[in-house]
Amino acid sequence: MTPELVVAIIVTVVGASTPILIAALGELVVEKSGVLNLGVEGMMLVGAITAFVVAFTTGNHYLAILLAAAAGVATSLIFGFLTLSLSANQTATGLALTIFGTGFSALAGQGYSARPVTLLGPLFPAELAAHPVWRVLFGYSALVYFSLVLVVAVWWFLKKTRAGLILRAVGENDLSAHSIGYSVVGVRYAAVAFGGAMAGIAGACFPLLLTPQWAERMTAGRGWIAVALVVFASWRPFRLLAGAYLFGLVMTMELYAKAGGGPLSAIPAELWAAMPYIATIVVLVLISIRRDASTNAPACLGKPFLPSS
Amino acid sequence: MTLNRRNLLKIGGAAAALPLLGSRAFAQTEPLKVGFIYIGTINDNGWNYAHNQGRLYLEEQLGDAVETTYVENVPEGPDCERVLRELAQSGHKLIFATSFGYGDYVIKVAQQFPDVKFEHATGYQRSENVATYNARFHEGRAVCGTIAGHMSQTGKAGYIGSFPIPEVVMGINSFVLAARKVNPDFTITPVYISTWNDPAKEADAARAMIDQGIDIITQHTDGPAALQVAEERGIVGGFGQGADMSAFAPNAQLTSIIDNWGPHYVKTAQSVIDGTWESKDSWPGLAEGEVQIGPYGPKVPEDVIAAAEAVKNGQIDGSFNIFTGPINDHTGVERVAAGVTLTDAELLSMDWYVEGVIPPA
Repeated sequence: MTPELVVAIIVTVVGASTPILIAALGELVVEKSGVLNLGVEGMMLVGAITAFVVAFTTGNHYLAILLAAAAGVATSLIFGFLTLSLSANQTATGLALTIFGTGFSALAGQGYSARPVTLLGPLFPAELAAHPVWRVLFGYSALVYFSLVLVVAVWWFLKKTRAGLILRAVGENDLSAHSIGYSVVGVRYAAVAFGGAMAGIAGACFPLLLTPQWAERMTAGRGWIAVALVVFASWRPFRLLAGAYLFGLVMTMELYAKAGGGPLSAIPAELWAAMPYIATIVVLVLISIRRDASTNAPACLGKPFLPSS
Repeated sequence: MTLNRRNLLKIGGAAAALPLLGSRAFAQTEPLKVGFIYIGTINDNGWNYAHNQGRLYLEEQLGDAVETTYVENVPEGPDCERVLRELAQSGHKLIFATSFGYGDYVIKVAQQFPDVKFEHATGYQRSENVATYNARFHEGRAVCGTIAGHMSQTGKAGYIGSFPIPEVVMGINSFVLAARKVNPDFTITPVYISTWNDPAKEADAARAMIDQGIDIITQHTDGPAALQVAEERGIVGGFGQGADMSAFAPNAQLTSIIDNWGPHYVKTAQSVIDGTWESKDSWPGLAEGEVQIGPYGPKVPEDVIAAAEAVKNGQIDGSFNIFTGPINDHTGVERVAAGVTLTDAELLSMDWYVEGVIPPA
């Protein structure tokens, strides 16, 4: 393997990992507040079509990302209203949100599938970004650097800030947080909206970072990988970063191995496709056989907040 | 009657039913209801788009004599059985199932509806009321392979396939046989991605190929993602599949294979109306116009166009067949003797790669 090939593989892995990392960080914050939103895939698709339409009509990629985030927030607030204000079942509502997002994005995307856009270019000047070796650090678009900054920001927010502490308190024991005067529903709304914004940006990665077109269901299940990744990372941002890149590596190595015809190419495609889920199950088993098990999942995850009962 | 929502619905429902009753009463014969099921969306600019264009052509040609319905995004699983049954129960007398994986379900549902005719695209199982149809895409692949053999600098092509089914294997073999007639060292690496529609994965597969020295990409999936990567990376190029994809890759698309299903749909619907439909396998190609070669890209030089046209015309007039021996398999063993041409049955069950294919696993 030449250094150039290693660099090329890393660049592709980073691209494949970025959307799942961003979406999973959003979902991590949502789950830390005690809410399980399974609508990530749907919100990503709404973000993807929004980003595509904005990039296509205005040519402004940053506006496309911004509005994709806004569309993700709007979609997530449907979920928020149903589960937080009306206390609907979170699992069922999240699944419904995915179905809704899939259908809505397909409807909104009618007539846009024969249109190409351009990818968001690299953030750094071409001398660095196109350098055969240094592009491994500087060759990416702003979305990639955003995802890395986001890891640190989410960690810092949850670990070091008062607001993060309140959010975790709401997720661990909603009644106690409520009794000392915090607005459980308000905090959860904010978390759900943040998750929606990140899912929207993750969706924007598809037409702007990976493949400059709109295709129905183009996220192709990566929203589910993001949900699995949060569990895989046991709700820790840096472990999530490692997990996202591990999943991205698995998804990408399959293709490089097959295209290059090396020994790895003997592994059947179905097994490669199943690997992220197998890895998640293995991690769940490892977590649960540890002595200090069950300390990581937020205690109120998925439970509706019903202070009067 | 108070004007509440329920009554309003009743009135609306009655009003909506009126024109329907009218047309039933006055039309001389009932239109033939024709159903189509698609595995993806009609907006994919590829496989499903082409089938839907065929459906629109059918409506245009036969007018009031037919009434068409389509269902998109039907997975190749138990769901498709339900969709097939619903179409049959709602009066569709002719149903086109346009993906390979529907086969078993078509056979099953067809037994329960003996008066409904089923047509299964790219399949191989027939029964009393199930026919199969396909187009000889491999003829188009031979034209693309000829261009690739002339234009590739590395002599290496990549082929993004969905699943290793005979349809796909045939296309790979045809492509590389044609390319090796030009460049005897030409090789092709198939990469199967286990899906018909995951554009990001198709794009990553294309990246993986280009990063490892492949300068021609061809694909047997439903969208333009791989071509876009070819355009972005500035490699020699690739080929549109199912439809002209030059909007996505104005420089990289060397030419495209265009599916033209319309004539088959008109012929089949007419035979059902006339009562002459029978269960058979129809497999037309370039000669019948069911497979077409799109415009050549700006990078293709005149002499290469001439070579490609020669291969195309030879297949149209029957003087050239890409699957005429001698043909060796990928291990070098002769599979087809000189002068012998593979039969349709042998092609439809093709599960071996010709020389020049670097087989997966």
